[in-house]
Amino acid sequence: MQFTSVSDFLAMGGYGFYVWLSYGVTALLLILLVVASNSQNTAVIKHILARQKRENKLRQAAVQQKQQQNQASALANNTNVEVKHVNDSNEVSP
Amino acid sequence: MWKWLHPYANPEVSYHFTGKLIPWFIALAAIFLSVGLVWALAFAPADYQQGESFRIFYLHVPAAMFSMSIYFAMAVAAFCSLVWQLKLSDAAASAMAPVGATFTAIALITGAAWGKPMWGTWWIWDARLTSELILLFLYLGVMALHNAFEDKNLAGKAAGILTLVGSINLPIIKYSVEWWNTLHQGATVSKLGKPSMTAEMFWPFLICFLGFAFLISFIICIRFRTEILSRNSMRPWVKQLVFFATTPVSTNHAGEK
Repeated sequence: MQFTSVSDFLAMGGYGFYVWLSYGVTALLLILLVVASNSQNTAVIKHILARQKRENKLRQAAVQQKQQQNQASALANNTNVEVKHVNDSNEVSP
Repeated sequence: MWKWLHPYANPEVSYHFTGKLIPWFIALAAIFLSVGLVWALAFAPADYQQGESFRIFYLHVPAAMFSMSIYFAMAVAAFCSLVWQLKLSDAAASAMAPVGATFTAIALITGAAWGKPMWGTWWIWDARLTSELILLFLYLGVMALHNAFEDKNLAGKAAGILTLVGSINLPIIKYSVEWWNTLHQGATVSKLGKPSMTAEMFWPFLICFLGFAFLISFIICIRFRTEILSRNSMRPWVKQLVFFATTPVSTNHAGEK
């Protein structure tokens, strides 16, 4: 141990300001870099997930539209009342 | 050797491999940096000429060395991506740029804080300082180019060319203290085999240096994985991985099943 007291340690032989400035700035920049890198990682994952959800929704909407059209056409034709139960929706749900 | 390396050109393999490395890098960086910095701050002897201000050395020199070695690594990655069209090395180069820029900034700031008490000035247009400042601008240019294009391949090409042209700056930084008679002192550590400093100062330096190396590896791995995910976001394995990573527990590092 090179220092006898805490105030001695903080003073750094008169160079306290410069030494602590260096260590402080280094710590700050590195913490910022780690936090930024981490949050970019989560942001990308969230972005991909959001797009996936949107795609799923669009696909489901398309399937529903198809079903409604089928029903409408079935009613309009009035020949075949039984509606096909489309199983596609099961495949879509994740 | 090529056969051994070949699978790592697959983004999925690389993604999982770096995911396994990350916890080791975190642990090693935490151990080495806490030991090294406490040693450097409290236990290493003061310099007979520079007194306690010498403790800035333990940050300044590793930061400056890594600012150059990260640039070198980035240049190698850029070269591989330009010559062999390896998309992953583009992702690696893009992951390294902000880390290198941060360490260049740290080297410049700690250098200024060391220069003020020792030389009497925060900044001087000396060869070493100026060339290191140019290195910072090169990093910023490479980062800007990576973000300037929507098409990542095009961005990688442009940034890669700038990286390779800018690598001429590395020998200039390295030898600036020998070629020009400047205010900046000559090399203290890099004389291989026989460092011109006492063991009491060399050991804390070495431990800090390794600690920074592990910290850098950790950050580059995170950034590299982010790049892989965003560049392969339409691939089924990414979709699956993102889905399974976020549904049970939302953690920061996706991918570990």
